[in-house]
Amino acid sequence: MVERRPWLDALSHLILIVGVAIVAFPVYLTLVASTQSAQDIASSAPLSLIPGSHGWENYRLALFGGETSAGSRFAPGLPMLWVSLVMALTIAIGKIIISLLSAFAIVYFRFPLRNLVFWMIFVTLMLPVEVRIGPTYEVIANLGMLNTYAGLTVPLIASATATFLFRQFFLTVPDELVEAARVDGAGPMRFFWDVLLPMSRTSIAALFVIQFIYGWNQYLWPLLVTTDESMYPIVLGIKRLIAGEAYTEWNVVMATAMLAMLPPAVVVLAMQKWFVKGLVDTEK
Amino acid sequence: MEKRVRFASAWLPWLLVAPQLAIVTVFFFWPAGQALVQSVMEQDAFGGHVEFVGWANFERLFNDATYLQSFRVTAVFSLLVAVIGLAVSLLLAVMADRVVRGARWYKTLLIWPYAVAPAVAGVLWMFMFASPMGVVAWALQHVGVDWNHRLNSQHALTLVVLAAVWKQISYNFLFFLAGLQSIPRSLIEAATIDGATPWRRFWTIVFPLLSPTTFFLLVINVVYAFFDTFAIIDATTQGGPGKDTAILVYKVYYDGFKALDMGGSAAQSVILMAIVIALTVVQFRYIERKVQY
Repeated sequence: MVERRPWLDALSHLILIVGVAIVAFPVYLTLVASTQSAQDIASSAPLSLIPGSHGWENYRLALFGGETSAGSRFAPGLPMLWVSLVMALTIAIGKIIISLLSAFAIVYFRFPLRNLVFWMIFVTLMLPVEVRIGPTYEVIANLGMLNTYAGLTVPLIASATATFLFRQFFLTVPDELVEAARVDGAGPMRFFWDVLLPMSRTSIAALFVIQFIYGWNQYLWPLLVTTDESMYPIVLGIKRLIAGEAYTEWNVVMATAMLAMLPPAVVVLAMQKWFVKGLVDTEK
Repeated sequence: MEKRVRFASAWLPWLLVAPQLAIVTVFFFWPAGQALVQSVMEQDAFGGHVEFVGWANFERLFNDATYLQSFRVTAVFSLLVAVIGLAVSLLLAVMADRVVRGARWYKTLLIWPYAVAPAVAGVLWMFMFASPMGVVAWALQHVGVDWNHRLNSQHALTLVVLAAVWKQISYNFLFFLAGLQSIPRSLIEAATIDGATPWRRFWTIVFPLLSPTTFFLLVINVVYAFFDTFAIIDATTQGGPGKDTAILVYKVYYDGFKALDMGGSAAQSVILMAIVIALTVVQFRYIERKVQY
């Protein structure tokens, strides 16, 4: 810092601590609620801020399902977590693979209609799936892809974000590398595998985090294309828990919410460095 | 920018772009085209009879008070989400940029809500405002506010705005922080030597230099409020009370999938597409200008 202003430093820390506390508070409350019994929550006004002792049975109910003492039945959350995981991984890996290939073609080849292809991919940036849910749903229904993993994931892979990140990155790769590869007699695919792919590792890691979270957090699309309970992702499962019953058993709902938040939060925190870099680079 | 050195092959590039082109054509161009076609057609609810009606669907929409109301709700909602979200994140980013000790910890502790699904964020906030166990609802009752987001539309709007802002703070924070860190220190130092106070330095140097980031985030936040908040609204208020939190995307969903008005829903989709395209064009023109500059 260019000057010393102790009171301003103290104020900065205070504001940051308050900010962190406000950001964390809803999640802390969720954690607390997930360790109390349904009766404790329903009869409390307000909820106690100290964790209770019912965490074990709440999480067991949230994961494996079963009947509560109040008589409501819970569907097991474990299969829903599995659906979410498969969906998030398929979307993240699928996007990365098809985008790497198409960005490679657009940057490193000259072919007729290259500009048209580029623009066809480019315009998809503009229209999120939310805008065209009706017709896209019909396409999926006509192809018989309702209640399948393909129906859940493939339409969401059609997005240009990743292609553009890779294109931008490829454009910064020195031309000398291609020349050197050619002199050594390497073909395009050899160059792609042995030179370009290893160089793209950081971009791939960053995109993986962003797309994994995008996939895991999907809500509207699964709401439309899944009607079979065995195909519900966990985020949708939570909504069904609070919408169905007149009497919401918040303890199990909150345990399920914790389970739904945990995997993407772990991915973000574990890969924080790449995630921050990738996020800021992708959008710039 | 173009590459000087390229590979030559007649079939390989097509093979490489084929997967993406196939997906884009089937799940993007076909549905978008369908939306355009359906928006000028009328179909009865049983899917039997289809008829060309021209602009009728659009005319019906613009004479529909609930649709115009949805426009107003969306405008208020996205403005609130964008302005509050940007103000809070900018404050936090400026503070995080100032402090030396613990800066990394603050950053880590502020970014993780990015990972929380909008639907889950909605449920979390609804729980804090639920009666009687909600902590915030209880605190409000003590200062004389009888909170009820099921009946009071201002309360409902406040709830979805809070959840939406909370979820987006981390994203805005990261961009503002990156923007702040790219401002040359020498400018700040020069102003300090000239005797400018931190307050003055912020408004005359930092804030103007940050304007590209702010503008970019403004567009991103409006787009976020338009589309990604569907899950928050569906999980908390379902567009209610009445239609007072039914934003445009919610209405597309409701009319198309609950009320089964495919023509009306498609016409709404077309209008939404036009709005997104306009927003994107504005953003790209601005970025282009920035690059030339």
